[in-house]
Formats: sequence, C-alpha cells, structure tokens
Amino acid sequence: MKIRTAADLEAKKQAGLRKLQPGKPRIAVGLATCGKAVGGAKVYERLHEIIGTESPEIDLSLVGCIGYCCEEPLVNITLPGKPLVILHRVTADDADEIVRAVEEGGVPEGKALCRIPSWDHVTGCTLTYGEGFERIIPAYKDVPFFSHQKKVVLRNAGLINPEDIDEYIAVGGYAAAQKALTGMNPDAIIEEVEMSGLRGRGGAGFPTGLKWRITRDAKTDKKYIICNADEGDPGAYMNRNEMESDPHMLIEGMIIGAYAMGAAEGLIYIRAEYPLAIRRLGIAIGQAREYGLLGEEVFGTGFSFDIGIATGAGAFVCGESTALVASIEGRAGRPHPRPPRLTDIGGGLFGYPTDLNNVETWCNVPVIISNGSDWYARIGAKGNSGTKVFSLVGKVDRVGLVEVPLGTSLNTIVFEIGNGGAGGKKVKAVQTGGPSGGCIPMRLFDTPVDYESLNRVGSIMGSGGLVVMDEDTEMVDIARYFINFATTESCGKCVPCREGLKHTLLLLNKILAKKATKKDLETLADLSETIAATSLCGLGQTAPNPVLTTLAYFREEYDALVGP
Amino acid sequence: MDERTLDAIIARHDAPAGKLLGILGDIQNQEGYIPREALEMLSDKLGVRLSHLYSLATFYSYFSLKPVGDHVITVCMGTACHVKGAPRILEALEGMLGVECETTEDGKFSVTTDDNKFTLEIARCFGACSMAPVLRIDGNLYGYAAAEDLPAILAEYGWKG
Repeated sequence: MKIRTAADLEAKKQAGLRKLQPGKPRIAVGLATCGKAVGGAKVYERLHEIIGTESPEIDLSLVGCIGYCCEEPLVNITLPGKPLVILHRVTADDADEIVRAVEEGGVPEGKALCRIPSWDHVTGCTLTYGEGFERIIPAYKDVPFFSHQKKVVLRNAGLINPEDIDEYIAVGGYAAAQKALTGMNPDAIIEEVEMSGLRGRGGAGFPTGLKWRITRDAKTDKKYIICNADEGDPGAYMNRNEMESDPHMLIEGMIIGAYAMGAAEGLIYIRAEYPLAIRRLGIAIGQAREYGLLGEEVFGTGFSFDIGIATGAGAFVCGESTALVASIEGRAGRPHPRPPRLTDIGGGLFGYPTDLNNVETWCNVPVIISNGSDWYARIGAKGNSGTKVFSLVGKVDRVGLVEVPLGTSLNTIVFEIGNGGAGGKKVKAVQTGGPSGGCIPMRLFDTPVDYESLNRVGSIMGSGGLVVMDEDTEMVDIARYFINFATTESCGKCVPCREGLKHTLLLLNKILAKKATKKDLETLADLSETIAATSLCGLGQTAPNPVLTTLAYFREEYDALVGP
Repeated sequence: MDERTLDAIIARHDAPAGKLLGILGDIQNQEGYIPREALEMLSDKLGVRLSHLYSLATFYSYFSLKPVGDHVITVCMGTACHVKGAPRILEALEGMLGVECETTEDGKFSVTTDDNKFTLEIARCFGACSMAPVLRIDGNLYGYAAAEDLPAILAEYGWKG
C-alpha cells in the first residue's frame, strides 16, 4: 500500500507499534556487524530453535546496535508493562535460561545490563515500556557509558528492527519527510537546515544548508544528490552502524534533501567492505519504494525521486569529492583541482550539479525538520550545533560508539564515558580524524570536541574516529603507520603527495631503525610542511598531520631514537 | 568465470552510475580475485578498453588480479587493530603458513601457500574496530584475535600445522 495521507502514515505507525510492543514478550537480538562477529547470530539461531518449538507465544526479532560494542552480544527483552531490559555478553548457551525466565514473566537478572522504562525517539515519539526491576537492574541513565551521551542520530539504533520499515515509522519515521513534501516549500526547508547550523559530518564542517542552497540555485534540468558512505578512515565505523541499525533515517534525510534541491536521483556511494550495510540499505530502499516513499509521486505529490547504490572499492582518496564522482563514473579516483566544484554545472556527476553529504549529515536532516532548527541549534556549542557520533576505540576500557553534543571535552569522552585506559594502563593520547588527523596528548584533553578547537591543536574532526593510545603505544610508530597508509593511498597524481610521502616514510623508517640524526628530524618537519602546503587535494594536504602533531607533542620519543 | 555468470553480473548493473566498479566488485566477490579472461570478456561486452579495466583493477585495493587459495585469511590493519597488535597477528600467521610478507608496488599484499590452501592478505579496515584486532576467514569475522587462538581458528579450515 502506498502512503499518501497522514492517515496512511498513522496506520503504518500503529502497525509498527504493535511489533515493538506486541502485548506479549518480545526478544530482539542485536545483529549489527559487531554483534554478529562475537556470536550474536548464534544467539539468534538458538533462540529461534527454542522459541519455534516450545514457546510460540514469544516474538523473536532483531535490532541494530545501541553502541556499547564491548558488551556485545546484546539482547533486548520487552515484557508487557515492564521496562525494556538489555542483556549483555549473551552466548548461545544462555538462550534456554532467557526463554525460561521470559516465560515466567521475568528476565535473567544476572545477564542484565540496564533497564529502559521509556525511550525518547526524539522525532516526537516517546515509547513508554513500564516499571519494574528497579532494585535489581540499573537504569539506562545511570550506566556510565550512556549517562553522558545524547542520542539524536542514534536515537533508534539498537531499539528497532532495521529491516522493518514499520518499526521506523512507529517511532516517528518518515513524518518529517511527509511534513516537508506536503507542507513546506523547498526554500523553507533549506532555511531550516541553514538555521539549524548543521555542518558536514564527513569532517570538513562545511555548512550543509549553504551547500544545499548552492545546489538548488544551479539552473539545470537535472541534478544529483549523493551520500558518501565510503567511510575510509581506519578506526572509524559510525556510518556503518548508522546504516546497519537505522537505514531508513538516511533514506528519509535524502528524500527531504532531494525535494529541497530539486533532484530526482540520489546515490549512496558505499564501500564494498560493508556487505551487511549494503544488504540492509537494499532492503530499506525496496520497502520505501513499496510504500511510495521512493519512486514516482512520493507521498502522492508531484515529486519523484529514487535512490541507487554504487559500491566503492577501497580507495581512501575517494573521500575527496571529485575523486568520489570519478569513481562512480567508472574511473580511477584521482582528484582534480576545484573549481569546478561538484555543485557547478559541468563539475558534478556526469557533468550535472551534485550535492554530496556524508551519511551522518543526511541522518541529521529528519530530526531538524521534525523538531525545528531552534531545537537543534540549542544542542552543542556556538557555531557547532548538534551532536556527533564517535567510534571510541583502541586502548580504552569501554569501547563503542558514543554520541555527544559537539563541544564535549575529550576528558569526558575518554575518561567518563570510556573509563580511561584498558587494563588500568595510563592513557597517553587520542588520535582523531584518521590519517588526516593528529595525535592529541592527554594534557590537552580539556579541548572541546568541535571543528575549530580540534584544528587549533593540529588535528581535525574527521568523520569521528577516536583511537585511544596508552603508555605502551609508540608515537613514532603511529606516525609511520599513518604515513604508510597515506603513501599507499596516494593516487599518485601530484608530486608533493606521491614523492613527499614516500620520502617521509623512508625518514620514519630510518628513525625507527635508530639510524637517523637530528638533521633528519628537521628534514622530516620541513618536508611535512611542504607536503601540507603544496598538495593538490585534501589527502596530501592533511597527510602530514600525524607527523606534525607527534613531533609537536611527543618530540622526546623522536629524540630518544635519533643520534646527534 | 563462464560467460553466463558474467552476463548475469552485468545485468545486475544496468544503471550507468557505479556500473564498472559494481561489476568488478561482483566478480571479485564471486571468484576471490579478478581473472584476466573475465576482464577480457568484460572489455568486449561493454566496449570498454582492457587497459581502462586494468587501471581500475589495480587502482582500487578491494580488487586483486592474483588467484587465491581455498581459504582467504584477511587481517584488518585499521588503526584500532594496529595499536592492539595486528602486526603481531600477521607475523604469527606468516609463521604458521610458512609464507612471507610481500608488498607489491601498488601497496596490495596477498600471498598464497604452495599447496594453494590458504591466501593471506590485509585489509585497510573492516569497521569492526570495537573488537580489535580482527581477522576474517572466508567472510567469517573473528574479533579479539590473539596469536595463541590462531591454531584453533585455522584448524576449522583444515590447517594441520
């Protein structure tokens, strides 16, 4: 059935709510890539066996990942009138105990991580589950990993079935798109996005509304919008989880953007290394078409729009916009100087003006439209509104995906959310922004995480990877790791990047082999500054950052390795 | 790869956007590498120069032109895996399989045992950073990998030591 009116959407919402709160017990297993890799799929299979043969009165479903990855596999239990309870570190052997407990109207308390009496899905929908288990299971808001977070983009992740559009609609999904398409003109939408202060979540922080306006103003008969889901930064997996856990949020953001900019075709450029995300996006696109939310006459309006999937093939440089477009067109991803920009006539995909935004940028759009730009702009810091999702990984105690308001300090993220170094080790630094970013020493951990503050300490926001390093991590080795990465990922087009990085790598190898002199360190610094100043695209311009920041903050580690 | 399989892959990619990389990706996924004859057939069928297809196959790290063994072991070399000991996992695997690291000009690394049972390769990042270090064998992910667990894991795939 196609959704045309508000009543149609409401009917689907009620159908979805009956799945989330079926009036009988529901068990849902967290099945994103991280959950699957540590046995989540086996837990699901075993539960399926037991429930199928013995307890057909229990609903079994799947959800995405709520982000507490080091506690995986996670299992949600919903009993009518009781709080939603999340179990952690569940194995297939626990399945019997879980089903028995649920049959008796309870949960296996020893496995419980937290309880959720009610959940604000932000887009005007709060689901109330119920009361109970107060004395035995901690509340979600009291779990240190969660208590400092603010879920806006990840509002549904780990709580709804990403393969069922009804559950997304149940928690307020597609209401923003309907509001936009049936009640707002394109300029009003762009104005709303501008006033929200939303900036590009791929890392550069360009104002999203402005990019949309430039694309809208391009006078052509055809335009494209693209979602960059290539997520090439090693150590970052925010976008993977956003797509695996809540793919419809991305699609809804793109529908709104397409209508605002006047594009009839959208593309999701996604890395081939993410098979589950590709599969779930495919399912979601199919469901959206079936409901008339993609294709001809979206929501019964005169507007038509559809989304295709284009797979990348492992080239970090394709994060650069002109290289990304070359890749979709079937060429090697080598950047060209801008202008022409993608938004220019002649500069975008197949020559048409093209708007390119990161997954997480698109994911922020529905909530801005549903709750308004004022609401959104109040989150975060001045000039840095909203939240950002980070993958907090490396040598930190609590590993996972965290979402915090922009402007939150590194201290809060690493120590209060992450609980400091793993195994009681002393934290030394955190690396932000992937191969384009820098290593920030612990003494600067009061730095607020926003675009400008991170630049001031020599790093960048990047897409959201936060890799924690401890006292055992050798910073010169880390610099070499990133330069090795950038060297192999350099497209080879411009000399500073191609040759400069190669020689940077040789110098770092020489230093690590203890064969270098103080003069080599000077050469290393000079070379790094030259590469940054003269490279053609962002890859080369930012590639020396790991060297420059480790030289600035951990000079003693270099000095200890070199002779006079 | 026979012609019918290739035709089916081509048919799945009828839109111009993402077409060539999509087709090459499917060939890579199906065969574990991109055979030369598949590239030649593709060149004929699409009217795209072989040199152009070759440039794509060598530019993008997801593609490999080298045949692979029965089981493909991929070690993630992402940042989180690196700081948690991925280089030691790779070294241990080299020792177990009796192969040696060999990085080609384009930065790709892939080596196959003489009996053609195992191929050892590296990946930039699986995006499974929370359970670093990670390795993948034939599509199955193994998180929190430790060198001492490797013999048991590889034994599942017929490794005999």
